[in-house]
Amino acid sequence: MKRVVITGIGIYSCIGIHKEEVREGLYYGRCGIGIDPARTAYGYRSPLTGIVPRPDLKEALTRRQRICLPEEGEYAYMATREALQDAGIDLDYLDKNETGILYGNDSSSKAVIESHEICVDKKDTALLGSGAIFQSMNSTVTMNLSTIYRLHGINMTISAACASGSHSIGLGAMFIRLGLQDMIVCGGAQETNVLSMASFDGLNAFSLRVDQPQKASRPFDKGRDGLVPSGGAATLILEEYEHAVKRGARIYAEVAGYGFSSNGVHISQPSEEGSAKAMARALADACLKPSDIDYINAHATSTILGDAYEAMAIDKIFGEEKTPVTSTKGMTGHECWMAGASEVVYTLLMMRDSFIAPNLNLEEPDENSKKLNIIAKTIDRKLDTCLSNSFGFGGTNSALILRKI
Amino acid sequence: MNRKEIIEIVNRFLAEDIEVDPEALKEEAFLKEDLGIDSLDFVDIVVVVEQNFGFKIKPEEMSKVKTLSQFYDYIEAKLNAS
Repeated sequence: MKRVVITGIGIYSCIGIHKEEVREGLYYGRCGIGIDPARTAYGYRSPLTGIVPRPDLKEALTRRQRICLPEEGEYAYMATREALQDAGIDLDYLDKNETGILYGNDSSSKAVIESHEICVDKKDTALLGSGAIFQSMNSTVTMNLSTIYRLHGINMTISAACASGSHSIGLGAMFIRLGLQDMIVCGGAQETNVLSMASFDGLNAFSLRVDQPQKASRPFDKGRDGLVPSGGAATLILEEYEHAVKRGARIYAEVAGYGFSSNGVHISQPSEEGSAKAMARALADACLKPSDIDYINAHATSTILGDAYEAMAIDKIFGEEKTPVTSTKGMTGHECWMAGASEVVYTLLMMRDSFIAPNLNLEEPDENSKKLNIIAKTIDRKLDTCLSNSFGFGGTNSALILRKI
Repeated sequence: MNRKEIIEIVNRFLAEDIEVDPEALKEEAFLKEDLGIDSLDFVDIVVVVEQNFGFKIKPEEMSKVKTLSQFYDYIEAKLNAS
């Protein structure tokens, strides 16, 4: 089996629009959450959301490229541009070397809903314009980026709810391990427009701590009352180890383990068993013991049930080790389809700069989370091997282990 | 609406919405070969024509339109017929 390393990262999020800004946000515990008044006007229970600025791509992309990109595609372009540059990859390289793309995304609501509204009004599909179909499909990010960057390898979108980004990295690693690809663009993207989260808001899953937006997302805290949706995009360049060494690439870490599972029980409720199974499988895949893990980036989204089940699962496997744990969602909110990828980027930045970002707003742990070693304030700590959890609706679970080499 | 006004409107949306080089907007220019307008751009031209002139282009009618001058003629004829 080949070894897989990460040689480039890019991030566009509510705590920063490039990796160094995000690194500062993580280190200093900056929260990117605010109020979107349009959500209240639309009928949301909660107007809380990660505030992500829209990039101006007029100079960077042609009209044809821009017109096919939905909001999350714009974020994915920004993150991918940064990641490729970080990896030292340009268009000339991509023309001469087969490169794939496996990217997480699980909705593109705005283009779908706006197309419907035009048809209701005009009664003619000819007036939808040429970009609507390319913006509407779940695979919008991979179809756009593969065209913009002239990619010639594996090309598909991974839709696995809030574990989409994490599975994209795990599956990318599998393709490279098997020797099928030398380099794959992996990641996750998430839209934040007012049309994108209405049905999720309708589940009563979002925090209503409207008077204190920056205290609303409080993973593992006893006073948590729901998640705060957020978005953006994160990109990672996965590469076969010898290939990376040969071209002199800087290596962030090895994708040492990928664990997956499906709860097979409830469509929205998580499970201790399923979460633990994914973590245990990742450890086995990496040939590591729980004591080898220096830090766990938890999925914990700030919901009552989800955080409790994950705390139980982490305690089950890492209880004796008291491994440091944080959920970065206190700062970022829940970046949903993007989260599994962005949280690997956050973890890699922590590994690079030797710190653990805080679990923001942890004031009082509950009966489950008090069993964990949750880091409430930033600490400087050398990190060699880390685990990142991602779980999603439908009971899909993914755990990734990153190891410095 | 006279032909001069039609030309102004068409040239404006071709430059602003379709991002055709304004320097290339000559009457004898071929839409595909000279202005680089492809099949997907024609889909967007249907939308901007409806927004600017209030009628819907039929794809079978557009297939006969090859040059910018013929495009002005087509719009002028449609407006005069309505």
